[in-house]
Amino acid sequence: MAIEGIDLIKAASYLGAGLAMGLGAIGPGLGEGMVGAKACEAIGKNPGEAGLLTRTMLVGQAVSESTGIYSLVIALLLLFVV
Amino acid sequence: MAIEIESWVKVAAFVGAGLSMGLGAIGAAIGEGFAAAKANAAISRNPGISGDIFKLMLVGQAVAETAAIFSLVIGIILLFSNYSTASIISMAALLGAGLCMGFGAIGSGVGSGYPAGEACKGVARQPEMRGRLTTNMLIGSAVSQTPAIFSMVVAFMLMFLNFSGAPLHPTSAALLGAGLATGLASIGSGLGSGLAAGASCEGSARQPLNVGNITVIMLVGQAVSQTPSIFGLLISFVLMFKTYPSSELLGASMALLSAGLCTGFGGIGPGVGNGMTAQSAVTWVARNVRQESVLMRSMLVGQAVSQSTAIYAMVISLALIFLI
Repeated sequence: MAIEGIDLIKAASYLGAGLAMGLGAIGPGLGEGMVGAKACEAIGKNPGEAGLLTRTMLVGQAVSESTGIYSLVIALLLLFVV
Repeated sequence: MAIEIESWVKVAAFVGAGLSMGLGAIGAAIGEGFAAAKANAAISRNPGISGDIFKLMLVGQAVAETAAIFSLVIGIILLFSNYSTASIISMAALLGAGLCMGFGAIGSGVGSGYPAGEACKGVARQPEMRGRLTTNMLIGSAVSQTPAIFSMVVAFMLMFLNFSGAPLHPTSAALLGAGLATGLASIGSGLGSGLAAGASCEGSARQPLNVGNITVIMLVGQAVSQTPSIFGLLISFVLMFKTYPSSELLGASMALLSAGLCTGFGGIGPGVGNGMTAQSAVTWVARNVRQESVLMRSMLVGQAVSQSTAIYAMVISLALIFLI
């Protein structure tokens, strides 16, 4: 099959989108899991502060999620804008 | 030099067989080593019941070995089958099957080693719990083998379904993508489920009275950490069974391969992350069973957030398959 310039660019942007979101999801998934693990540990040790600890966990996970959202944005840009 | 397509199909099958067994051996060996190390520690702690610990170690290692045996089976079938239809599609399918089983066995092999090791340690601590610990270990390792079984199912489908009527060009990339999606996504889920199972064996030995609650939270946590591999399985099925219009464009092929890579890689992190959260929740339910409901809620909330990135990856894959 003959490959033309625009086709090559499209192909590269699709591959880039998949890799951006796929690889970009590894870090946040792991990081948020660690936050969740430590939050469960802390609640186990000090159940009285469960509300405060859950709030802290969610804020921490939200920050860690941001890199996953960057990946999502880049993937969507590569798919539909570029 | 011109090489005819029949030889290329053989090449793909042999490379696939090598990758299946080579990658598939990584996980089981690590898991079994972990089990043996913990068994040694357990025997030095309680040499009087070394026979029981030795037996338990072997049972646990046998379960961890299963993942590598799946890889061996797929590898042998790839080596010795005769392929009637020779095309680029069969090359992609055979290579995809090998990659799927190879990657898919890594997580389950390592994961099943954790409960085996922790159960050996637990029997040394509480010899009278050996029956319950063995059951718990077997349930936990069975769940962490599931992703390897998903990979084996996808590998068999890639090898034995007849794709010969489909158009050559996007289909061959789709089949390679289908293998990668389930194979890569299984790494995280297998490992994560094993972490939760290990914590439950340790917890049951420390707090034998809470064993029922520990098993329940282990199973819930493992179920959530299985989801990324189920997303991978879903994307594999879509890639295998969707009918594609024939297209000579590189973009159309690359979008489908990329869809498989995206869900596959995207499942690794959330699978392990969910498992870490479940591990900690199980440990603390064992130590503080009165807080079971609070811990269950926090675990599920934490896992849901960690799951979101796997869902983003699946959404991007579905966009690559259906919108491009």
